[in-house]
Formats: sequence, C-alpha cells, structure tokens
Amino acid sequence: MSEELLKVENLEVQFKSGSAITKAVNGVSFTLNRRENIGIVGESGSGKSVTATSLLRLIPSPPGKISGGAIHFDGKDLLKLSEKEMKSIRGNEISMIFQDPLTSLNPVFTVGDQIIESIKTHQKVSKKEAKKKAIEMLKLVGIPAPEKRINMYPHEFSGGMRQRVMIAIALSCNPKLLIADEPTTALDVTVQAQILDLMKRLQDEFNTAIIMITHDLGVVWELCDKVLVMYAGNVVEYGTVKEIYDQPKHPYTWGLLDSQITESVSEDQPLTTIPGSPPDLRQEITGCPFAARCAYAQDVCFTNKPKMTEVGENHYAACHFQTKENRLDRKEKTAHDRAIVTS
Amino acid sequence: MGKYIVGRILNMIPTLLIVAIIVFLITRLLPGNPAAVMLGPQASAADIKALTEELGLNQPLYIQFVDYIGNLLQGDLGNSLTYNKPVIDLILERFPNTVILAVCALIISIVIGVPAGIIAARKQNSIFDYLFTTFSLIGVSMPIFWLGIMLVLFFSVNLGWFPATGMGSMEAGAGDFFSHLILPSIALATIPTAQFARITRSSMLEVISQDYVKTARSKGLSEFIVICKHAFKNALTPLLTVLGLQVSSMLGGAVLTETIFSWPGIGLLIIDAIGKRDFVVVQNMVIFIALIYVVVNLVVDILYKVVNPRIKYSSNKGGS
Repeated sequence: MSEELLKVENLEVQFKSGSAITKAVNGVSFTLNRRENIGIVGESGSGKSVTATSLLRLIPSPPGKISGGAIHFDGKDLLKLSEKEMKSIRGNEISMIFQDPLTSLNPVFTVGDQIIESIKTHQKVSKKEAKKKAIEMLKLVGIPAPEKRINMYPHEFSGGMRQRVMIAIALSCNPKLLIADEPTTALDVTVQAQILDLMKRLQDEFNTAIIMITHDLGVVWELCDKVLVMYAGNVVEYGTVKEIYDQPKHPYTWGLLDSQITESVSEDQPLTTIPGSPPDLRQEITGCPFAARCAYAQDVCFTNKPKMTEVGENHYAACHFQTKENRLDRKEKTAHDRAIVTS
Repeated sequence: MGKYIVGRILNMIPTLLIVAIIVFLITRLLPGNPAAVMLGPQASAADIKALTEELGLNQPLYIQFVDYIGNLLQGDLGNSLTYNKPVIDLILERFPNTVILAVCALIISIVIGVPAGIIAARKQNSIFDYLFTTFSLIGVSMPIFWLGIMLVLFFSVNLGWFPATGMGSMEAGAGDFFSHLILPSIALATIPTAQFARITRSSMLEVISQDYVKTARSKGLSEFIVICKHAFKNALTPLLTVLGLQVSSMLGGAVLTETIFSWPGIGLLIIDAIGKRDFVVVQNMVIFIALIYVVVNLVVDILYKVVNPRIKYSSNKGGS
C-alpha cells in the first residue's frame, strides 16, 4: 500500500453563468499521504471549498464543471469513475463535514436515522447492527446518553453537539480521507477547541487523513502537517507547516499572517488588513492574481503569471521574486498598511 | 399532542356556532318568502300563508333561531321543503358521490402535480422547467366551467369516448362507473394539479440548495433518495397547507364541476337548493361544509407535526 493517498494535479473548476465563465479553481495541485493533515487557507472566494467539494465531485452541475486536471485517490482517478462508483466512495472512503452544523443535519430525521443511513448505504449490515454502530459512534464523539440521544432530532442538540454528530456520520464508515470545510467557524471559541481536540483524537483512532479548510491559521498550526495557501482560485504557496510558519514566502501569506490577532498586537492598535479586494474571477487574469494588492508588485507581475517554484525543502511559492536564488525582503508592517478596522 | 387535539375539537364548537348564526341570518334576510317561491307563481295567498305558518316562518326571528339551534344540537337538521326528505338523508345520499369525485381528482392531481414539481425544481431553467411553468400557469388560471364544457365537447360529443353527464353505478359495471368518472375528475383536478406542482417546485427549490441536501449527497446516497427523501420531506409543509385547502374545497362540493357534469354530489345539491330557496337545505349544507373545513384543517395541523418534528403544539395556542 503506497503512502500517498491523494494526488490532485492541475485541478480546474469553472462556473458558467450566462456567457461569463468564473474560474473558481485554476490549476490546483497538491498531494496528501495517509494519516496526514493538510490545511487549505485563503480568504472567502479563494476556491478552498470548491476545491474540496470537487474532490467528491459534488460541484453543482450545471453551472459548475471540473474542466481539467486529475484527482488520484488511493490508486483511482476520481474524475474517470462512473457516478455509481463515485457514490461508493462518498461517505465511505471520503467523508465531508461542513461549516454550519445547524444546517447540515436534516431537521426532519432523527440523528440516529442519519447515522444509520450512512452505515447502511455502504455496509451490508442489519438495521440492528447499524443502530448499535451508530450508538457506538455517538459515544465515541462524546455525546452523553447515546442510547437516548439517538432518537432525538437535530434541533434538540446544541451547535457543538450537532457538529459532533456530523463527525460521527462522517467517520461511521471509517473513511480514509475526511474533508472538513471550516468545521469550527460557526461555533463558539470554547466549543471550537473541543471539536478540534475531538478530530485529533479520532484521527489517531481511525487513521484518517484530513483536509482542513479554514481561514483560521491557528487551526492550521495546531492540526496540520501541510498548508496550501489559495488566492483567487490559485495556489500561491504550498509546503509543510513548519516551513511556512517559520519562513513564509509569498506576500499574500505574509498578509494573512499579519492580519491575525496575536499576542504582539496591542489593544489600541488597528488590525492589519490587505488593502483592496480579490480580483473578479470572470475576467481573464494575465499576471499574478495577487499583483493588484501586492506591496511588492512590479511590472512583470501584471503581465506574466508566476509559476510554482521550490523555495525551500518541500516548500513552493508562486512569486516572481521568491525563488531559490532571489529573495524578497519582507517589509515591516507600516502604519500605511494598516486600515482602521471599524466595528 | 392528545391534549392539543381535544382542545382543537372543543374549539370547533364556537366556530361552527358562529357559522350557524351567520348562515341563519343570511338565509332569512334574503328577499322573497320561501313559501311563496316553493309554491310557484300560481299559488294562492291562502296556500302561501298556510305553508308559512307550517314552516314557522311567521314566528319572530329569535324564536326561529332558538328552534333551529335546539334541533341542530339534537342532530335534527330538519326536513327539506322541496325534496320532502330529512336533510341528513340528503347529505348522506349525496356526500359519498362528492367523496368519490374528490378522491379521484385528488389522486390525479397528486400523482401528476407533485412529481412534476419535483422534476421542475431538480431541472430548474431547463426546457422542461419552462414548459412546466407555462402549463402550470395555464392550469391554475383555467376557468373550470369552460374546461368542463370543452372536455364534454371533445371527448363526449366529438369522440364519443366518455358519457357527457351523470354518474355511473358499479352495478352497471366498473367500465360504466369509471367512464362517467373520468371527465369530471380531470376537470376538478386541473387547478389542484397545477397548484400542487407550483408549490412543490417552489418549496423544493428552497430546500434543494440547503446544506443537509449537500450532506445527503456527500454520504453517497442515490440522487433519488437525496431528492425524494431528504429534500422532499422538508418541502412538504407548504404542500400540506395547499393540499388541505384543496381537499376541503373538493369535499365541500365542487359546485362548478358537479353542475357541468350533473354529478349528483353536494355541490349540485346546494346549487339546486339555492335555486329553490330551500333554506333548510342551504343553511345545513353550509354548516356541513364548514365542518369539513374545520376537520380537514385539524388533520392538516396534526400532519404538520408528523412531517416536521420541530413544530410543538400546546393545547391552547395552536401550532407554532
């Protein structure tokens, strides 16, 4: 069994609306080994969720379409599988949990039904066995009195509990890969930590690889082995967490790091933001997609698209001025870069 | 839940009483002496006076009312002046016919309307959806009296496939029974079919993009299960509301359809009774129809809870 579980090559996803084509994902590549965690970060609209959803081929089509690339998962090219073969992978070998646990469970079925359904879809077991397994799963994700809770409806659970149920559904068939699309964004801070702890614990138990989509870099540092930084449908930086934490290279990654709240940010100091907004993905972008907002941009950035280049060990960045030979000097944050955050 | 149902049943009494008062007043305030109308233009003044007294129409209004309510509470709906039968017998004789027609029309409209709405929502903005939108709009705005006449013209007069009017009997064979049933059922089903289809489409569109539908797909379920189980059950509430209204109105007598096809249901009975100023029949029929509405509403309210477990009932507040 090879160590490599997932290899995404040059994935392209487009959305058609009228005559306009939005290139939501534009040539994303990455690999993920078994039991490894990768974080996909980037601001809203950068293509994180679309990338993750297309791994399961769940992009609503039309208008969406995977227009290029390959997704190799455990020796199979997912883009070449029939819809029937894909169904046997969804929820079974690759599971997904979503951002908002309040809306991602079906309100009119009991949580037990929803877990049992998942088990019965992929495993030849009796209803009784499936129910036993469902109770076991609920217990595993830390739901008290699972025998009783299994007959309750989602609205009788709190947000954190519902996310636990989602995790129970996702892991019920022992998947090789779990895609978590901002699983903690909609939760309280204290609950966020509990859910992350739970995911870490269950990963050890189930030997699952995780793709963690988030815009919270703290989550990435805590949970992931690798990071993929996305901007406007493109990967701008990709590498191990250690490399990117210690030596981020892409100006966009710098921007993301600077806009975090850290201990060094004093209370009266405005938070740093990246000025401007992401480009319109319906327009053809000739140069670097980040050029218009980049403090280091030069003429070449607007005309030529930078390629992903190795900038360190297992560390790649797409910037004309960040290669093994060239280095950009990261500017200190200046007052000019800081926008006043109004609340 | 049990408490809620008992409460709702008790609540039906004042509702029906109010209906009874209104109907009583309206029938008495109509111009014309019922006795004179019933006896016809050739009747002598003495005959009219005798009948008026026999019917108690010469009594003051409040005495008439007290008598009427008293009888009603004892289950005595009175005798029809023109049919010379107890009203209860008339209802028992006619209501099953209306039920047969309503059930048949209801089956047609659910079997066609609901799946069409689901498919249109699933294939939003496709050619099917555009055709669906056009036809369902035509359907809801169809004048039934015109459609009924056209159906009779085409299928009965021109093609001779089905009888134009009347109701068949099972004794004459199932063929006779169903051939009489088809045209009125189609006429009666047209508007509900279009309504069910439109409401199904719009409420399916609302739920189809919900996260739990995405969750269902991500579990590897077939598209059929995703749509027909996970999405449809969530889209049922608005459909139930419209379904309840349609069932009530069909059971309450499809006046137009029954008139065009001379279907001997309670719709035809009430039209007939109005024409003959048979106010005893009219006022009891209206109360009976009100009773149908109230009962169907209660059933629908209970069904809401079945399809949507988030609804909680309390015995004095109704659904929330």
